[in-house]
Amino acid sequence: MAKQRFRFTFPQQLITTPVIYELGIKFSVVTNVRRADVREDVGWVILEIEGSEEQIQSALEWVADLGVRVDNVSGDVLEG
Amino acid sequence: MSYVKGLFCRECGRKYPAEPINVCDFCFGPLEVIYDYDSISKVISRETISSGPMSIWRYHHLLPADHENAVDINAGMTPLIKSHNFAKSLGLENLYFKNDSVNPSFSFKDRVVAVACTKALEFGFDTLACASTGNLAGSVAAHAARAGMKSYVFIPADLEPGKVLGAAVYGPNIMAVDGSYDDVNRLCSEIADNYNWAFVNINMRPYYAEGSKTLGFEVAEQLGWKAPDNCIVPVASGALLTKIWKGLNEMASMGLIDPVKTKMFAAQAQGCAPVVTAFDANTFNVRPVKPATIAKSLAIGNPADGYYALRTIAESMGGAWAVAEDEVADGIKELAEKEGIFTEPAGGVVIGALKHLVETGQIDPSETTVAYITGNGYKTQEVVQDVVRPHLIKPTMASFEAAIKL
Repeated sequence: MAKQRFRFTFPQQLITTPVIYELGIKFSVVTNVRRADVREDVGWVILEIEGSEEQIQSALEWVADLGVRVDNVSGDVLEG
Repeated sequence: MSYVKGLFCRECGRKYPAEPINVCDFCFGPLEVIYDYDSISKVISRETISSGPMSIWRYHHLLPADHENAVDINAGMTPLIKSHNFAKSLGLENLYFKNDSVNPSFSFKDRVVAVACTKALEFGFDTLACASTGNLAGSVAAHAARAGMKSYVFIPADLEPGKVLGAAVYGPNIMAVDGSYDDVNRLCSEIADNYNWAFVNINMRPYYAEGSKTLGFEVAEQLGWKAPDNCIVPVASGALLTKIWKGLNEMASMGLIDPVKTKMFAAQAQGCAPVVTAFDANTFNVRPVKPATIAKSLAIGNPADGYYALRTIAESMGGAWAVAEDEVADGIKELAEKEGIFTEPAGGVVIGALKHLVETGQIDPSETTVAYITGNGYKTQEVVQDVVRPHLIKPTMASFEAAIKL
């Protein structure tokens, strides 16, 4: 089992969708939100996901397909 | 010795020992160095600084690594040049360019990497690493060479070979990742978790970022122990802008300069401007973007310190501007033609922002303004290739004289 940390940024049309709940149900991963700021027009959530590498990868592909942007929790590592 | 007491989380305030970590276990917030300012204030003075080495290590009291064992290729103490021609064209009385493109590996990254590399040796690491498309790679490879460390530099596989030449020459292991920039980000985060290496901007980031404070210290010292009224800073991760501000304020809190009233201005290119977009929308929420800019050294779509840069801009009553992509090369040429400084696209972005801020009255002509030029144009010559238009002449006086009459 692996634990990985991500930042999800939600577009306006997904603000009212229970994306993280569905993620846990669909892929049998454990989600643990540590920080978040969700408003009517945009929202972000910093969370930890626990599961197998395959489960986490599938879960990330699913949220990305929904339109959620998935980023490294500490910002981009690749610099100029 | 260094005066580091530990680390704290910038979000929840939890304290941690000074270890190679960068994220709070509790809230995943970024960690920052805690200094023993009481002890520093008893030993630091203008005299101790002035009598120090001509490098960033003259400010060692306020850096998180032991200067006696510094990995030093002479980063810092770069020229602060008073502008004549550019200032005249803009109607400014006190415009300065901080020319950090003349650092040993030709960018300001030498300041941050010098600190990270020194700290990495203190922690007992034998390998220095980074993910970079240019300047950071060169600096990591050069410092690792000086320190006798192994180094790994991760680059996107489609990066032009010329971009990494400035790193390859120092002998690092260059890993070209066959994937997108996002893939490189993800892979390097995973490698950092699994290998006991000093990744300068991952597990060493709290120490690394502190090196940028020296761009605040130096400018204040070079202005005669005085903070400038305005700073125009290129923004990628946002750390540079926040740390220049922190450096100026640390100097004031140590009694080395008067209280700081500097306005901090962020400069980005329109093709990657998440911080400016948030500033314009009057929010501290930075929405990550996919970079599409010729200013590659500023192409960070998910800036680690974007939120803190916005807080600094607000606190300092500064501003932000995104320069049109087609103005970036113009800025490079104008700085070269007017001041004799050849910068990379990040410098062109700063010039574009400077002009906008003056034209819109956000900078008072009588105030002291410092524009930060952070990288060297010789690394990105292709951006201004069109300036090469020699007069083709025959080896005769007649041909020469005919050409100069044109």
